[in-house]
Parts: sequence; C-alpha cells; structure tokens
Amino acid sequence: MNWRHGLILAALATALSSAHAIEFNQLQPGKSALAFVSKQMNVPVEGQFKSFRSKLAFDPAKPAAAKAELEIDLASIDAGSKDANDEVASKAWFDTKAFPVAKFVSTSFKPLGGNRFEVSGKMTIKGRTQDLATPVTLRQEGNSATFEGSLVLKRADYAIGEGMWADFGTVANEVQVKFRLVATAAAAAAK
Amino acid sequence: MSSLPSTPPASGTRYSGVAIGLHWLIAVAIAGSFSVGLYMADLPLSPQKLKLYSWHKWAGVTIFLVVMVRLGWRLSHRPPQLPAGMPAWQRKVAEATHVLLYVLMIVIPLSGWLMSSAKGFQTVWFGVLPLPDLLAKNEALGKLLEEVHELLNWSTAAVVVAHLGAALKHHFIDRDDVLTRMLPLLRSPTSGGTK
Repeated sequence: MNWRHGLILAALATALSSAHAIEFNQLQPGKSALAFVSKQMNVPVEGQFKSFRSKLAFDPAKPAAAKAELEIDLASIDAGSKDANDEVASKAWFDTKAFPVAKFVSTSFKPLGGNRFEVSGKMTIKGRTQDLATPVTLRQEGNSATFEGSLVLKRADYAIGEGMWADFGTVANEVQVKFRLVATAAAAAAK
Repeated sequence: MSSLPSTPPASGTRYSGVAIGLHWLIAVAIAGSFSVGLYMADLPLSPQKLKLYSWHKWAGVTIFLVVMVRLGWRLSHRPPQLPAGMPAWQRKVAEATHVLLYVLMIVIPLSGWLMSSAKGFQTVWFGVLPLPDLLAKNEALGKLLEEVHELLNWSTAAVVVAHLGAALKHHFIDRDDVLTRMLPLLRSPTSGGTK
C-alpha cells in the first residue's frame, strides 16, 4: 500500500499547487463492466465477469504516476450459457476452486497524447503471470472518470482450456476483452 | 398457382431429373441432420459437441436454400398426374402431406436459426458468413424455441413415415408407378410393380 500513501501525498502536494487536483480512486462497480468475446467455431460468443474489484489511483495531472489493480472473481463468469459456465470452472479451464481470482497489477501508465494511455502491467490467471499492455481511453466528467479499452488475451498463455480444448480449431486462442471502469474521486482526495 | 403450366404431364411420366435429384438430396440431408441433431443435444460439452452443433447449423442453412430452389422448381414444373384410379380422398391426403412437408422443410431451419439467436449463439454459415440475429439473447425464449424445433422435427419424422408408407403402399399394393417415378437411376417411364 506504500504506493497509495505516496500517491495521496503526491495528490495532496498537487492539490496545494492546483485547485483542480483530483484523484480518481473509487471504482463504481455498478457502472463498470468487464466483458469478453470468445470465438467458438468462428462464432463470436459474448461473456462477462460480474464481480471484480479495483484499487485505482489516477490523477489526470500526473497520469504517469497512476496505479491500478484489478481483481476478478472467476466464479462470477457468464460465458454465454449454463453449460459453458459449469465447464469453464473446471480444471481444464480456470480451475476456479484452486485459482478463484485473476489479478492485474499495473506497472506503468504511459500517456499517448490526448485522453489516451497505454497501461502495462502483470496479469495473473490460473497461477500464470504474463506481461500485458493495453490502450486505455479516459473520459472525465466532473467527479467521475471512465477508463475504457479492449485488448486481445491469448488463452493458451494462461493454460485456459487444456487437454481436449487445447486445439484452437474449436475455441480460438484469441479472446477479445473489453473493459469499462468507472471511478469517482474520494471526497478526501478531491479538492 | 396461376403460373403453373396448364396441363400436367400424363400419368406414367417420371418426375424430371431435377425434381428427383432435389428430392433425394434433401431427403438424405434431412435424415443426416436429424440424426446429428438428435445425437448432439444430450452430449456433454466438448469440442466435438461444438463442432457437431456448427455442422448441424451449416447443414440447416444449406437445406433451407436447397428447399427454396426445389420450391421454385416445383411451382414452375407440374409433377406427373397421380394414377387415374386413385380415390379423391387419397389425392387430397397426398396433396396435404406434400404441402405439409414443404412447410416443415421451410419452418424447421428457421426455428433453428431463431433458437440459436435466442440462445446467444449466432449462426455463421460454414464459419464464414454470419447470419443476422433476428432475436436478442433471451434464455426463456431460447428454451421455448428449442422445444418448438424439436416438436417440428418429430412431426416431420411422423409425416415422413406416412409419406414412405404411402409410397410403399402404392408400389406393393396398388402396383402403380407413384414410387418408381421418383426413384433415381430408372430411365424408362414404364410403370412399376416389378423390379
């Protein structure tokens, strides 16, 4: 949590110099969404995770110092049908009993100009950690910020779908992930 | 119906090669997808099951298109007349059975397509051409359409049994040419009764 303390100090320091300093750090789960599209026999099938948490610290004045952590409850998956939900909890897929949570921890926020950023970090699913980078678009409306983006995850990188499912001919390796995280600024951080 | 040629071919004439070809092509395709559909529905989820579902859906779309061609052919080419001695009620039943079969051949692929959409699995013909989803995902509606699709298929099975039974009855009991004029690989328009 040290980085958060650092960030709050940084935010306070910024607040002293700028009346508009603001740190978005309260995820609004009801307004946020984590969806994905898998391809089965080339048929796009939509799914989503209904339960996830995020620790977020984003100061628009100092985007490069931003931090984000995302924890996803894998049991909250909706993979498109009841059969699929039961199946993806199994050992061959997420092995949800042994690995109930997927986690992303950011390592850098790189401004790409305008309201776009590249967020890099480490994604851990099923005990496997991979580097990951994704473009993120920021939309700021008063006390609320929306971070949106999409990226392609390769399921094989995390051993999601082993054994008879390992062949990409039926379920494609590439999974399109779309996220929308809405965060507000905590009263203490907002000035 | 006014566009039909006014005089049907005389009794004793065979169906055209196109009509015979379409009839048997569709018969084999329907028997195949019916069996696959019956088999795949209760399989545990596996890559094989996903493949079978896709193949079944591709077959359904293809059958629908071939049925459209066949319907066009049927409406522009009158089939040979039924045997002269056939009672009026039998003619009516035969006519109704054929109309019903056409209706089922059209409605069944449509019900499968709608059911797929309602269940949230788009139909992508041969994995290449996505068909639009006319229905939004809706679990209850998907379940209902699944039952409709199943019921229509069992109805088809029953009507096909009647259709087959009638053809065999014409061949072995009435000893007319109703069966043989639809059989492929026969060249002469002689009436059946002997092999």
